[in-house]
Amino acid sequence: MIDRGYYGGFGGAFLPEILVTTFDELVDYFNDVKNDPVFWREYEEVMSSYSCRPTPITYAENLTNHFNGPKIYIKREDLNHTGAHKANNVMGQGLLVKRMKKSRVIAETGAGQHGVATATMAAKFGFDCTIYMGEVDVERQRPNVFWMEQLGAEVIPVKEGTRILKDAINEAFRDWVTNMDTTHYVLGTACGPHPFPEMVSYFQSIIGKEAREQILKTEGKLPKRIYACVGGGSNAMGIFSGFFNDRDVELVGVEAGGKGLDSKMHAVRLSSEDASVGVAQGYKTFFLQNKDGQMRETHSVAAGLDYVGVSPILSDLKEKGRVRFEAATDREVIEALSLTIKKEGVIPALESSHAFARAFKEAPQMSKQDMILINQSGRGDKDIFTIADAVSDPKWKEFITKKAEKYNA
Amino acid sequence: MLRDYLENRLKEKKILLMTHIVLGYPTFDDAYKIIESMVEAGVDLMELQIPFSEPIADGPVILQANQKSLSGGSTVSQCFEFAHKVVERFNIPFLFMSYYNILYKYGVSQFVRDAAETGIQGFIVPDLPPEEGEEYLIAAENHVTSPIFIFSPTTSDDRMKYLASHGKGFIYCVARKGVTGAGTDFSDHLNSYLKRSRQATELPLALGFGVKSKSDVDFLKGKVDIAVIGSETIRLVDREGVGAVSEFIKNLNTD
Ligand SMILES: Cc1ncc(COP(=O)(O)O)c(C=O)c1O
Repeated sequence: MIDRGYYGGFGGAFLPEILVTTFDELVDYFNDVKNDPVFWREYEEVMSSYSCRPTPITYAENLTNHFNGPKIYIKREDLNHTGAHKANNVMGQGLLVKRMKKSRVIAETGAGQHGVATATMAAKFGFDCTIYMGEVDVERQRPNVFWMEQLGAEVIPVKEGTRILKDAINEAFRDWVTNMDTTHYVLGTACGPHPFPEMVSYFQSIIGKEAREQILKTEGKLPKRIYACVGGGSNAMGIFSGFFNDRDVELVGVEAGGKGLDSKMHAVRLSSEDASVGVAQGYKTFFLQNKDGQMRETHSVAAGLDYVGVSPILSDLKEKGRVRFEAATDREVIEALSLTIKKEGVIPALESSHAFARAFKEAPQMSKQDMILINQSGRGDKDIFTIADAVSDPKWKEFITKKAEKYNA
Repeated sequence: MLRDYLENRLKEKKILLMTHIVLGYPTFDDAYKIIESMVEAGVDLMELQIPFSEPIADGPVILQANQKSLSGGSTVSQCFEFAHKVVERFNIPFLFMSYYNILYKYGVSQFVRDAAETGIQGFIVPDLPPEEGEEYLIAAENHVTSPIFIFSPTTSDDRMKYLASHGKGFIYCVARKGVTGAGTDFSDHLNSYLKRSRQATELPLALGFGVKSKSDVDFLKGKVDIAVIGSETIRLVDREGVGAVSEFIKNLNTD
């Protein structure tokens, strides 16, 4: 192994021997493109002509007035093609796959956003594509499954384990150890063995680079706090990394509090006592696990945050005190989502709404002179079924019932 | 020492048999009976897999056995108690196979020490390359047990030598890409890989992944020292029950 990628005590490459050569090769290619300014220009070009980069920052004037606190800005990753920051990572890895001359991509997906983004990239670049998705997530994210299949990807529902994101990652690895000659595994977040945490963060860093410039241009100063939701940690790494050197900017990562910390039904790895350091899925980080080291079930209303591990880079930043971690419960998230839709006319994804929920909790205590930035990692259209249930919309139920009757007729 | 035992055995048999079971599957009692049948049928050594919730290198058969064992409530301490029982009772070497998190959460040095004190002779940890295994390697050295490393067809000659320099007991060669349980084509395309493996180390070679019949074992005679039967016995137990194990192994074991 050439290089193992440690962040403090976290990260590493705990690889089955069969994959060592594949990873060495990937590390080589990644190091090449990292040092190649032509590659980054090519990347920016694709992101501006195929996705919507640079995505704007939006001043949320009505929310600002509502809380009577700091000025609230939103970084609009929802405006990416396919509706989430996932496109940044996927297009970057897609360009890398072209360099590696592989013909097939595989990916895991939780919310389905990363799956849709990967299937889109595969369609554009002409790769075969297989997506692994936990059976539970297939159920709750049907619209995304529909789009992946329309895009030509094969979607394989994973029936093993807890049938959510971590299980989809295991299955993707099992595919990869068989097919690595032709296949690249497009891991969707800043987790997994080296170089994935670094590589995914590298592509996502485009968020923070833009955001820093934009906010300086608009406001002439940096925000007091930046909020991002944390599943595996890629959108958080993306926006935070633009501000690591700005010591006065407080970075706040928001995890999925689910039904509350006491309920044990959550996915809080960095801001609860329920997680401890372990090694799984090829890397060392905080995991929700029992004392034997068996992974626990997790829960979140947001499929994309429902994961047992977290980026090793964020674990390190937590230990170093550079990022503060908080949790938002399902209920707080739905409230924040409804408020944001009504006040600003933007529809954050359930995942992103965690960042909003925490920001709304803290805003009333902050000064009006302050300014905060929330990363809207994705848009909520995909969550229409979950949100409709959460707000218990009678007209939606009626529509679905009628639709079902038609199908059953 | 494991290696001496194997080399002595190899003076009497052309190829040795190593079998694999998942602890607590179908139950600890059944696992005990399976071991009893296997030892009686002439198995030379055994891998006892401590179940893990994320067995990334295992295919559907062993994966499900891991899950069912865990949902039946198996714990690491039960696995140690069980290992103690079988080591006392049966006169063949037993190895622990598991994923690194099981060792890590237990405490790597304590795990190796407790296992060695229990009489476990070696360890197979498929997600722990030597680069990440410093504490493990030191503990194995201190407690005179064998850390067993894995070769794969994609492993370069140099890396084989590197792995062998850290390995003790024997080297586990996986027959092909992929996970446990799928079929392997046992034909001459394996020869150059096995020859490379032989050249890289003096340690005995085991070959696993997809070995399931007498003809597979026969094919391996003269090429490797140990044939590893993994998923196939689990499949057999699932299909025909514990009683079928003895005859299956006896058949594999005839010269
Ligand atoms: C919109 C959105 N935001 C956030 C996430 C969480 O992932 P990460 O923490 O890697 O940004 C997901 C994951 O699917 C997502 O779809």
